[in-house]
Amino acid sequence: MDMNEIKEIFFQECEEQLAELESGLLKLNDGDRDPETVNAVFRAVHSIKGGAGAFGLEELVAFAHVFETTLDCVRSNKLEPNQDVLKVMLKSADVLADLVTCSRDGGSVEESRTRTLVKELEALANGEAPPAAEAPKAAKPAAAAAPAPKPTDDSGFQPIPFTFDDFGGEEETEEQFTYDVTFKPARELYAKGNEAALLLRDLSRLGEMSIACNMDQLPALESMDPEASYFGWKISITTPKSEDEVRAVFEFAEWDCELEIKPAEASEAEELPMIPVPFDLSALDDEPAEVVETQPEAVAAATAETAANVTKAVHAAVEKKESAAAAAAAAQNNAAAAASSAGQTIRVDLDRVDRLINLVGELVINQAMLSQSVVENDTNGTSSINMGLEELQQLTREIQDSVMAIRAQPVKPVFQRMSRIVREVADMVGKQIRLVTEGENTEVDKTVIDKIAEPLTHMIRNAVDHGIESPEKRVAAGKDPEGTIKLSAKHRSGRILIELQDDGGGINRERVKQKAIDNDLISPDANLSDEEIDNLIFAPGFSTADKISDISGRGVGMDVVKRSIQALGGRISISSRPGLGSTFTMSLPLTLAVLDGMVVTVAGQTLVVPLTAIVETLQPEASSIHSFGANQRLISIRNSFCPLVDVGRILNFRANQANPVEGVALLVESEGGGQRALMVDAIQGQRQVVIKSLEANYTHVPGIAAATILGDGRVALILDVDAVVGASRGQSLKPEMSLAAAG
Amino acid sequence: MTVSYAVKSLSQGFRELIAFRIGDQEFCVNVMSVREIRGWTQATPMPHAPSYVMGVINLRGAVLPIVDMSARLGMKEAEPTARHVIIVAQVKSKTVGLLVEAVSDILTITDDTIQPVPEISSDLEKQYARGILAIDKRMICLIELEALFPEKAHDKESEAA
Repeated sequence: MDMNEIKEIFFQECEEQLAELESGLLKLNDGDRDPETVNAVFRAVHSIKGGAGAFGLEELVAFAHVFETTLDCVRSNKLEPNQDVLKVMLKSADVLADLVTCSRDGGSVEESRTRTLVKELEALANGEAPPAAEAPKAAKPAAAAAPAPKPTDDSGFQPIPFTFDDFGGEEETEEQFTYDVTFKPARELYAKGNEAALLLRDLSRLGEMSIACNMDQLPALESMDPEASYFGWKISITTPKSEDEVRAVFEFAEWDCELEIKPAEASEAEELPMIPVPFDLSALDDEPAEVVETQPEAVAAATAETAANVTKAVHAAVEKKESAAAAAAAAQNNAAAAASSAGQTIRVDLDRVDRLINLVGELVINQAMLSQSVVENDTNGTSSINMGLEELQQLTREIQDSVMAIRAQPVKPVFQRMSRIVREVADMVGKQIRLVTEGENTEVDKTVIDKIAEPLTHMIRNAVDHGIESPEKRVAAGKDPEGTIKLSAKHRSGRILIELQDDGGGINRERVKQKAIDNDLISPDANLSDEEIDNLIFAPGFSTADKISDISGRGVGMDVVKRSIQALGGRISISSRPGLGSTFTMSLPLTLAVLDGMVVTVAGQTLVVPLTAIVETLQPEASSIHSFGANQRLISIRNSFCPLVDVGRILNFRANQANPVEGVALLVESEGGGQRALMVDAIQGQRQVVIKSLEANYTHVPGIAAATILGDGRVALILDVDAVVGASRGQSLKPEMSLAAAG
Repeated sequence: MTVSYAVKSLSQGFRELIAFRIGDQEFCVNVMSVREIRGWTQATPMPHAPSYVMGVINLRGAVLPIVDMSARLGMKEAEPTARHVIIVAQVKSKTVGLLVEAVSDILTITDDTIQPVPEISSDLEKQYARGILAIDKRMICLIELEALFPEKAHDKESEAA
């Protein structure tokens, strides 16, 4: 693995840490005061700083450090995370994310942005932090000797490595403090390759110290878990350093141990069975031997030196045998336990997954081809072949499901990105807006997630810019000055439903209609329903002709939004209530790769109708078919009348309407389109089909959602039910033009 | 015949072309845009497609549109038989199958053998013809596929039909 790969992994991890950071801050913003949340936020920034330091990303380190310092104040309860503080922090998180992006892709973040935030962060850390009353002695040197995060120039803070010697000569540091340190490593500490002995050695370098080992948790030898951690230490150290500096020794171990550091006066001797031991520093000055073997016996042998070191430290207390075993156990953790904790997730290049999915798709087609030819050539039903085929079918299906599951991801990251957009745009236009998210753990295929981000961003921007009114207007309308945008995701009948709701002013239908008339989208005397007017904002060219701010409603490139949603096999609809807000509803497929379909025959062609769209199938009888007007026909189903749509006619496969009695009707329900009975000639059966793009080599075909490959290797088209239903209202399928034609 | 099947150095001024036959006319395209040549298989018709789009076929898992070159070049629509040939060509980002009667030659020529298209051409021919080659009393028209299938216009035509 070369440096670039390692760097790439770092950046990937940064993404995760940034997501963690943002979600933590948002939780805090919502009033969550769980220390674990604060810790998680701190940890995220800390990890980024650590990694960035290793790669020499100075700018990033500098900013992360200031950020971290302020977060630390929150963590130690010196700073109350109120709205103002969190506002700065959220902005800092954004800048941090930008800095990460810049470090990866080049470019730079505006210096003024960083500088302003650094100042604000420092003001929070210094100014508003009350001196810690409970640690009066420690507070003073902390302020004086800490590597003060004061910017020396406008480039921000220069990180100073902890070389304590540098402070040796300074006057203030002459003063000596005594701290009581209680340190109990958890097993994770060893699992991550840290070594308690090294930490103690580092600590000893700070000053005079006495150490006692707490072994009351040490079990009998036979019940000892070789990977567990049993020892804790109680240390009393006298040093000129500040409490923070003492804490810094444990910087990388902090999360994996119980650690308490307090000035000596404040602590009481605890009633633990402590055994004071002479602490032999010379023993610790040797690096512990590296552990190579993982066999318990071998470890015991190989770590004899380590064992010996620890043994010296705890000599007076325990049998030599036991301590050796414990030390061996601790050492072995390094090698073995790391594996168990890391085994939960695995990072895979998306291309590899895609290749796998493609292969599985081919496998499914092949399996279908095989089944079909066996059925065709089967003379007397050899059961073993049939059984084998059935099993193969089951296995293929299972493989396919599992492979699909690899790509499934929660929509959370996208939703989180939206909160940033809300913040930024709201800031820009001077509005107060709260983003509420719901169902962010709803899982959907990665490609869908990737592709939904852009239209969603667009819509969120619109909602903030035009949907929500200014605070003054809201107050005048008797609303909360703070607007709310709700973003929710949920699964519904094999699709994902994403809803974007705002409590703004809703669509100004008069103006939208006027604008549509001005742009020649509809004729002036067109009589449109409210719903139709709302939908005008999706018409192409609706907004491009004029400036955005001119429209009180929506419509900035909503045609583009609609098209990208359609390209995903999704639908978008809008419902708006004047004065109360608008709701956009997007319905998207969970995956872009497979679909459960009903295979039907229409005018000699094989088509696939998505199963999710079909409510029921029925065989029309002559008595249930009624003519309506010139060439409309309705079918009566349980005393209600439903328009008949001849699929073959609407797709131009035949010139005349087929006789409904000879065919089969598929009762479908489309989003916002009501029920329709689609007439097809015959049903071949249900099948899971692999979706193949038509657009890749051809173009979007109105009425057709995509293509698939059937068992015989031929291409079959997948019907776009909603488009067909929509077209059944007009004369023919014309992409995007149905609204314009309506006027 | 000045046809060369040998691998000639294409370094300077040379270009390789694939010639094909439609009716009694010959055309050629740059060999670099040709991916493979395969036999005719029944295509699945596309609704609302322009008359020259015969439908789509399955090319190892990808959906490939088949264009009847005869119809596309303004001649009569082809009636494909098993002897017809599909030239799988890369046109910009898309892969398209071109239905032709037969592939006749692989030509290696220098640029100076390409004669300009005479003035009399109609708009359609002007649109795609990039030159004329005179080889052994044969006349071969050099076609630019990008001009025949510009991505935007292609979409428009198929949608309008």
